[in-house]
Formats: sequence, C-alpha cells, structure tokens
Amino acid sequence: MMESEFLATMALTFKLAAITTLILLAIGIPLASFLVFSTMRFKSVIETIVSMPLVLPPSVLGFYLLLAFSPASAIGIFLTEHGIRLAFSFEGLVIGSVLFSLPFMVHPIQSALTQVPRSIFEASYTLGKSKIETMLRVILPSIRHGLISGIVLAFAHTVGEFGVILMIGGNIPGETRVASIAIYDEVESLNYAIAHQYALTLFVVTFAILLLVYTLNKKSLGGIR
Amino acid sequence: MIVVNITKRLDTAEGSINAHFGLTINNGEFLTLFGPSGAGKTTLMRLIAGLERPDSGKIEVDGEVWFDSAKKINLPPQKRSIGFVFQDYALFPTMSVRENLLFAADNAQQRANVDELIELVELSQLSQRLPTTLSGGQKQRVALARALVCHPKILLLDEPLSALDPAMRQKLQDELFLVHKRLDVTTLLVSHDIAETVKLSDRMASIELGRIVRVAKPMEFFTPQTLSGKLQLMGEVLSIQYDHPVYLVTLLTGNSIIKAVVSENEARILKVGAKAIISSKAFNPIVMPLE
Repeated sequence: MMESEFLATMALTFKLAAITTLILLAIGIPLASFLVFSTMRFKSVIETIVSMPLVLPPSVLGFYLLLAFSPASAIGIFLTEHGIRLAFSFEGLVIGSVLFSLPFMVHPIQSALTQVPRSIFEASYTLGKSKIETMLRVILPSIRHGLISGIVLAFAHTVGEFGVILMIGGNIPGETRVASIAIYDEVESLNYAIAHQYALTLFVVTFAILLLVYTLNKKSLGGIR
Repeated sequence: MIVVNITKRLDTAEGSINAHFGLTINNGEFLTLFGPSGAGKTTLMRLIAGLERPDSGKIEVDGEVWFDSAKKINLPPQKRSIGFVFQDYALFPTMSVRENLLFAADNAQQRANVDELIELVELSQLSQRLPTTLSGGQKQRVALARALVCHPKILLLDEPLSALDPAMRQKLQDELFLVHKRLDVTTLLVSHDIAETVKLSDRMASIELGRIVRVAKPMEFFTPQTLSGKLQLMGEVLSIQYDHPVYLVTLLTGNSIIKAVVSENEARILKVGAKAIISSKAFNPIVMPLE
C-alpha cells in the first residue's frame, strides 16, 4: 500500500517535470530568439517578466495563480464555463511549473544564441535557406549545449519545485502530490523513514540525470568546443 | 551584366555620410573594390547580397531586378543568385567540410558536383573533418567552395584572405585566380592589398567615403605613368631626421624600408605618417628573381 503510493508520487513528479520541460522547450526557443534578435522597444519588459521567477518568492507566483484560477476571478469564471478546473489539478501544476521554470529554459538558449556569429545566419541565407530552415539545420545543432543546459535545468528545477505547487496544487495523492510536497507532509507526520525514502530517491535520480547529461554533453561537444 | 546604382546612409567614424554607388560589372569579370577601411566596400557587397537594404536606387543582374526602390522591389538574399565568402568564413560548426557544401546544394545535380568542387580546392583528404579542426587557409577554401555550389551569378568575397599569413595568402590568391578562370564566375572582391588587387582583378573600383572615385585596370590605377626611365614607389613616411646639412627620410613601401636624402624644402612638406611617393629619374633598374 505504502509502496504503491510512493511509486505513484514519484511517477507524478517526473511526469510533471517531463511535460513542463517539453512545453518549455517549445516556447523557450522562439522566446529566446525573440529576446536576442528583436529590436522591439518593449523587449526589456518581456525580458524582465521572463526573469521574474528567479527572484520572486514561489509563494507570490503561487498566490496570484491561485487567485486567477479561483472560480471567483474573471479567468476562473471563463475556465469554469469551459469545464476546466486548474486550481488543485495536475493541469494547473503544469501551468504554474512552466511559468516558474521559464528563465531556466530561456536563459541558457538565449546566451547560446547570442554567441552565434551573425555571419553564420547570413551565410545560410545567402545559400538560399529560409529563416526556419537555418534555425533547424544550422543554429539549433550548433547551440545544442545551450538546449541541453536548458532542458536539464528546467527539468531539475521542476522536480525540486515546492512553493508554487503547495499554493496551487495542494496535496492530492495521484493528482497533485509530488515528491517535494510528500517529504514535507511525511516530516510533519513524523514519518521520517518514508520522508527519507523520497528524499534519497530525488537526490540519487537528480544526480544521475545531471551526471549523464553533462557526460554526454562533453563527449558530443568534443569536436566543436 | 550587373548594374548597381544605389544610395545608402552610412555611419562612419567621421560621422554620417550619404554613400552613392554606381557600378557596372561585366559577366565573367573579376572586379576588386579597393579602398581604406570604413569607405563602404563591405557595405556595397552586403547591399548587393541583400543583407542590407539600400535607401534608394536599383540593382539589376542580367536583366533581373534585385532591388528597385521606385517599384518597391527588394529580393531577400535567399532569392538572389549569390555566393558570399565572409571575412570570418562563417562555416557551419556542426557540419563536416562535405556537409557544409551539401547544405548549399539545391538539387541532385549540385549535390553531384560537390565532390568535384572539394577536389578543385584540394580538400579531398579533409572532407569529413569539422571546421574547427581546419587551419585558416583550409577554412577559407571550404567557404569558397561552399559559395560556388549553387553556381551563383556573382561571387562576393569580403576580404577573404586578410586573416592569413603572407605565404598562405599568396597561395590562395593563385587558387582564387584559377577558380575564377575555370568557372568564369563574375567575382567581386573587397581588398586593400595592392598586390592582391593587381594580381587578381580585371578592373578595380576605388572607393573613398562612400563614393566610387575611379574604375580602372589595376595597372593603370597604380602606375599612372607611361614607361620611362623613372622608378616610382608609394609609401608611408616613418620618420624625418635632420642630419646636417640634409634631411633623412625613412619610408615604408610594402614590407620594405627605404631611406632617402631630401633637402630642407622637401622635408618641410613631408609629414610623418602621411603617404608619399619616392621616385628616381635617370635610373636603369635591374629586376632579378629572388629564388
């Protein structure tokens, strides 16, 4: 009984991190490109918003998300009308995690893009390749160290997330109860053995993922950097 | 035939200037844009390539309009038949030499020609290597070959040899000359090296402060005088020393330092750092090979 609950919580934790990371990858690349190449006047405003989760206490973001999701708010009313419930649901956690881990995906990609010489883009254009094709075939492969850093950081950061989830997700087993919340909960109930089981698992798994990625990264970049 | 007649506002070290470039390049011609840095040579290349937009005017290549401000036509670089070799080569770092060329190929015919091009620039042994493992000269050759894959109507070379040591530079000048003769591609080169310009180009356009001040055959340009018993060298004054009762002037011409004795009147009009001509009359030069 205890064992299956443990597994369900761990599975949920990594499912949340994986989905969040995929979504972040999809929006992180265009967003980072925009921040590097746009000459728009309000760029710094967007840059600031992207970086906010770095300094903002997670509970602040969680609090406002909770207000937004509540059936009393305009967004909440709209969502309820469409049969979507975000507060205390897995979908709500995904939205919160995407916002909260945004800078961890965007910043590494942004800094990798900044280092690509302008002439690399231009060379591809003069060879008749469109902007999209240039991005997919030339730029993304050459900034893959930035992409890998972004993926690893966003994933690890989502696994370790606590404050936002506590605010908007609560502690529903199988739905919103992730490992970091479970640890807190078990410690509160003085179940140190189970808390330790969660903590050690997170510790080992996180270490293994990071180690694997950095080792692969080093190998694959051997010929380039 | 390529006809360029465009204007562009340029921000230079001396402030903003209104550049105007009027130039006609014949098919198969090798034309060098010669002039000091900041004169607008690279800008002219980038305007022709479509990497920058002229403020007004027209660019026409073999009857096809690439840019026309009056008709609001501005083809993007992708739609212009160009080969551009950048100063920093701009090779794609994750692709091997061969992949860099294959990337440029649009159809099966061009893909089939890739190996021939690699051979032409003597890179067959290195075709599987990544750009970072190549020397400057090798990278330059890859960039040149890559620019030629699509059979461009015009090859644009932006100081492609400036980062190389003199020996390699000379070798690649020879190669560039051969490639141009072999493929008969209209070529525009940016250079501020006199020897390179004379060696490679059919004609040269001298650019100063955003204007093409003169278009001529390089030999006519650099040696305006007809054959006479006169030796003339251009150089830069390094120092002027008073050595009683005359003045001793040290000049740098090319890589050689020449000392000459001048009178006080002559010394007065010379300035350290300025360009000067050193000439000698009634003189019978002996030209001998070095090796």
